[in-house]
Amino acid sequence: MVKLTKRIGALVLRLVAFGAALAALIVMVTSRERASFFAVSLEAKYTDMAAFKYFVIANAVVSVYSFLVMFLPKESLLWKFVVVLDLVMTMLLTSSLSAALAVAQVGKKGNANAGWLPICGQVPKFCDQVTGALIAGFVALVLYVLLLLYSLHSVVDPFLLQKS
Amino acid sequence: MQMAVSKLLLAATSRKSCKVLLGLRVLAFSATLSAAIVMGLNKETKTFVVGNVGNTPVKATFTAKFQHTPAFVFFVVANAMVSFHNMLMIAMQLSGGKREFAGFHLLSVAILDMLNVTLISAAANAAAFISEVGKNGNKHARWDKICDRFVTYCDHGAGALITAFAGVVLMLIISAISISRLAQPYKCTSTVATPSVVP
Repeated sequence: MVKLTKRIGALVLRLVAFGAALAALIVMVTSRERASFFAVSLEAKYTDMAAFKYFVIANAVVSVYSFLVMFLPKESLLWKFVVVLDLVMTMLLTSSLSAALAVAQVGKKGNANAGWLPICGQVPKFCDQVTGALIAGFVALVLYVLLLLYSLHSVVDPFLLQKS
Repeated sequence: MQMAVSKLLLAATSRKSCKVLLGLRVLAFSATLSAAIVMGLNKETKTFVVGNVGNTPVKATFTAKFQHTPAFVFFVVANAMVSFHNMLMIAMQLSGGKREFAGFHLLSVAILDMLNVTLISAAANAAAFISEVGKNGNKHARWDKICDRFVTYCDHGAGALITAFAGVVLMLIISAISISRLAQPYKCTSTVATPSVVP
């Protein structure tokens, strides 16, 4: 009974992580705003920054992976592989989130020493959507760290309960 | 003195995979430490001519420091933390013989290794993307590139980034070895914990 609730809990956790990564992906892809100032029209898309493109790709990979792992049967031998892949996915998530956050911070506050002006004043809706995508990515990251600890626990029995 | 050091090393590397683990940890420690140091000392000052007043050029001095960019500050701090973690793990592997299976020792080593892998990959990637913007500029946001003016700053930063990425790969391998040690525990020190006093 306890095993069943634990298994369902892990499945729910992975479903929510899949949802969060997918939400981050969709919100970032649909963020687009057109602004015009001084008769110059500029359009802000997520493809403008390389870090946002990497964020979209990483979250796509993580979503597909989560979706596939949700259907893995319980007694399959691939669960040992899942531990290492969970670690790699967590690394992907944290690196993409960190890169996107670094670039978005420059976009919001600018970098006075390099002469880079902030762009959030001109495209506020774009900035808000990017912020939402980053928050969803952060939620996916936290859930993935929990999932990593859970798969470690279910595969290797780290509390050494079976050892004398 | 040399006898004691060689005995210590022999005790800590009683199996082949323990030798590999120790070697990888030493490499990762040196890689992350050098990345932190090179980026931490990254500074360049240059004078430019910014305009002309009449016939005399007006010069202004600009400095490029790593503290100007929060991503680089995070890079230095994270690399310092990961190298400290590796140093701690090396010290634990070389010293604690009897305590290896006590309680959650192996588990905490594995979890700490996993956390440090994520930390260093986040830091290296943030610095990489920020320096990509600095190297190529960004037409859409009207951000000029700075690498054509501060060449040494960019070169040092690139060197620090390369060593940090080497540290990421090394930490990933170390973490995989720690997790596999969790599945099949084995001691990395011999059962003789204290070196005997032999002249």
